[in-house]
Amino acid sequence: MEELLNIFVKSIFIDNMIFAYFLGMCSYLAVSRTVNTSVGLGFAVIFVLGFTVPINFLLENYILGRGALSWLGPQFAAVDLSFLTFIMFIAIIAAMVQLVEMIIEKLSPTLYSSLGIFLPLIAVNCAILGGSLFMQERNYANISEAISFGLGSGVGWFLAIVGIAAIREKIRYSNVPAPLRGLGITFIITGLMGIAFMSFMGIEL
Amino acid sequence: MPKESLLSPRNKKLLTDPLGKDNPINVQVLGICSVLAITVQLRTSLVMAISVVAVMGFANVIISLLRSTIPPRIRIIVQLTVIASLVILVDQILKAFVYDISRQLSVFVGLIITNCIIMGRLEAFALNNKPWPSFLDGIGNAAGYGWVLLAVGFFREVFGSGTLMGYAVIPQFLYDIGYEDNGLMILPPMALITVGIIIWVQRYKDRRLIDIS
Repeated sequence: MEELLNIFVKSIFIDNMIFAYFLGMCSYLAVSRTVNTSVGLGFAVIFVLGFTVPINFLLENYILGRGALSWLGPQFAAVDLSFLTFIMFIAIIAAMVQLVEMIIEKLSPTLYSSLGIFLPLIAVNCAILGGSLFMQERNYANISEAISFGLGSGVGWFLAIVGIAAIREKIRYSNVPAPLRGLGITFIITGLMGIAFMSFMGIEL
Repeated sequence: MPKESLLSPRNKKLLTDPLGKDNPINVQVLGICSVLAITVQLRTSLVMAISVVAVMGFANVIISLLRSTIPPRIRIIVQLTVIASLVILVDQILKAFVYDISRQLSVFVGLIITNCIIMGRLEAFALNNKPWPSFLDGIGNAAGYGWVLLAVGFFREVFGSGTLMGYAVIPQFLYDIGYEDNGLMILPPMALITVGIIIWVQRYKDRRLIDIS
């Protein structure tokens, strides 16, 4: 239990998807103009990461990895399908995003219409594929660790995009040098937020 | 229809526009993710830039050849499959020939798949154009992406560790009189600030790019 909490907190603050690895920057920059839309997108990312990371964990451990197929029989023990990783992961992600879209449309039409175009765009959000690839690289021991890593990364991404959206709403009233307005100042603010987040480094539960 | 020469003015424009006023990173804001994470050294930036040029050029040609046979409803998954196959090729080649760099790039080779520049150009250009212009467009955009990558990598390596491609470039006597490498440049947040400054300089030079909103 402690281990799970540790992974969760670590993936929110220390290995933050945006401030430490810059994943999902495209939608982070494009959608952070107002707090409302960024909250919606943030929730969608938490949702999709929480599903795709554990599914890809199962895929990696029971189908793709070296010797992962040995549950089929001893003659499959030497099979190594890991070169198929990228294509399988992206297929799972695209399918999951489609599924999530249909489920949300059925259950909560208001949420669906407020998310609008952002839902399908999540399929090409690097944070999602990055989550699965980091999960593969870090060799989490079991599926509950993978779930807590996925949810934690999603929450970290959510915090980052809501934070920057709030700052951008305020900064509209400040006198920024003209060539720096919009994109430039957003980059620099994100850098400063990243430096602030680095103070969490080394936290261990 | 008169046959266009291979490097007609229109085609040249396809190649050069993305380098400057239509730059995918500074102006269109696409594909930022990988720019920032792998630019600690010039070497990794160079390998990444070459990989993206290769993937993008070929992906554009393949999609352009298939453009009349792809059903529009499933085009996204077709594009992802084409890109993913090319990225797998690049990944295997890197693992075979430059293993240490491939370790350093870690997950970011895989993340070329979701690099939005590639998807964006496939959607916006290759789906409606002939193979040769699509190829030029792909190479041009990837080169525009590449030079920003190299610029950021250059500054971060020179000021962060005092080396270039692994060779020391800051002369020893500077260290003797008290110069020190700026450790902050190696850390992730400085990549963002470097890109921010590049954007600032570019927009200062070319006032039309200034964001009025």
